[in-house]
Amino acid sequence: MSETMDWVEASARRAKGKRPDYFDEPALDRLYSTVFALVAEVSALRDRQDTIERLLDEKGTLRREDIEGYMPDRAASDERGLSTRAYINRIMRGFQQAVEAMEADDPPIPEIVEKLSRE
Amino acid sequence: MSDLPPPYTALTRHPMMARTSHDEAARFNFLTHFNRYLSGTIGQGNRLAYEKRVLPAFIEEHGREPEHRYEIRDAMNQDPWHRMWSALKRNSMEMRQHNGRQTVLRQLDELDAQARQFNEHSGLLELDPAVEQPHYQTAVDIHCQPGGYHTEAHPGDVTVGANYDVGLFATTGGALGGLNDGGGQAIVEWLKKERPDWKPARILDIGCTVGHNAVPLAQAYPEAEVIAIDTAAASLRYGAARAAALGVKNIKFIQASGEDLSRWGDASFDWVQTTMFLHELSSKALPKILQESNRVLAPGGLIFHIEQPEYTDEMPLYEQFMRDWDAFNNNEPFWTALHGQNVKQVMADAGFAHEDQFAVGVRAVADPEIFPPSPDEGEEDYGRAAKWNAYGAWKPMARSEAA
Repeated sequence: MSETMDWVEASARRAKGKRPDYFDEPALDRLYSTVFALVAEVSALRDRQDTIERLLDEKGTLRREDIEGYMPDRAASDERGLSTRAYINRIMRGFQQAVEAMEADDPPIPEIVEKLSRE
Repeated sequence: MSDLPPPYTALTRHPMMARTSHDEAARFNFLTHFNRYLSGTIGQGNRLAYEKRVLPAFIEEHGREPEHRYEIRDAMNQDPWHRMWSALKRNSMEMRQHNGRQTVLRQLDELDAQARQFNEHSGLLELDPAVEQPHYQTAVDIHCQPGGYHTEAHPGDVTVGANYDVGLFATTGGALGGLNDGGGQAIVEWLKKERPDWKPARILDIGCTVGHNAVPLAQAYPEAEVIAIDTAAASLRYGAARAAALGVKNIKFIQASGEDLSRWGDASFDWVQTTMFLHELSSKALPKILQESNRVLAPGGLIFHIEQPEYTDEMPLYEQFMRDWDAFNNNEPFWTALHGQNVKQVMADAGFAHEDQFAVGVRAVADPEIFPPSPDEGEEDYGRAAKWNAYGAWKPMARSEAA
């Protein structure tokens, strides 16, 4: 860290170039940024918890430097990777099911309600 | 073999690589998975939205199909799904930058000191403050990387180079290998097969940034001298130190513009290389760089470019539109113009005759045990998959020598 630089503030600066507005409501653009930063933080916390459990399993004790220096082997990394994939699938369910729905093209439920009341 | 992406900790930790804390590495791991999810699992939503509603509405309104990728873009930018997906993707890019910058900036003093030490002793770095940053490098911060590839956080620092290197893993899903050098390795693999006995003596890499694709050339041809140039001192400082840290001696990082190679004489290189660079230029700069390349290339020499595919008439407009996403959403403003033009003709105009040109497909070379290639099935992550279109030319021997 440079003595004259606040690294936290400096890290956050934007890239030059106008950012596209993805939504008509600016608050929604801001909300996406916050929600997905949180999603990433939860994922990092889940990995950290997994690291702590694995270290405790193996050694029975814990040192902070062991957490920071932890390198999962292939098997552990695949287990964590699968867990991350499943986590992303849970939080992204709405998006994924919207894709499925586009493919399925279901009629509105009231149409089915009406149909069943007739047939 | 697992098709899960490798963990961030599988990257090779050379002495110049910024050290990641547990959580910084975990954030990159998340982004790797998230990017795969966006392009794979839900990426197909874009095609569905286009085929099911955007295209029919377009035809209804105009009485014809779209005739240009920009028409598709204008229509898709009104579609709620594409807007959501683009917002997700843009945020993923921004999060990668933010995490990389936090990682680098909190340890910048150590990285700067380390780089200074390497660069003072190795002699691999030659900066020239008189070199101006071209407008196509400063108009926007390319790749949404704050500061682009040229801005200094303070005089003499390595922030942008170190940040580029530390986060490349996340956007490419680890497909570039332990040193992020799968592109350079791919070039070497192709060339060793194509011309097994060729021994280039002098190699010029234009637009090298941190040299991750130039260093493999120096390693594969240890008797050659590699000159890697870029206009951005902040990237070169890191690149030269990184090369020194990897023990490479036959490479030199020189601050210079590809538009003006006047310090090098005619026919002074056997090989001129650009890797993922041409799309960072401008319409006027591209022919100048190709003409200069032609001038400095010796007869019998190779010019070779690793790039994204050209938008030919055979490429569906929808694919062109998807490949264009980065131009408008990830600060790659020349991407669309470059891929929309006939680069073969631009090459020919610069002196590389059509009959001397060739094109090949190459893909990243990385240890598949540790870095399995990105899955091929499903929607491609347009423009970010570790497989590329490569084209170039062998410059014919001069008539008197060939005779």
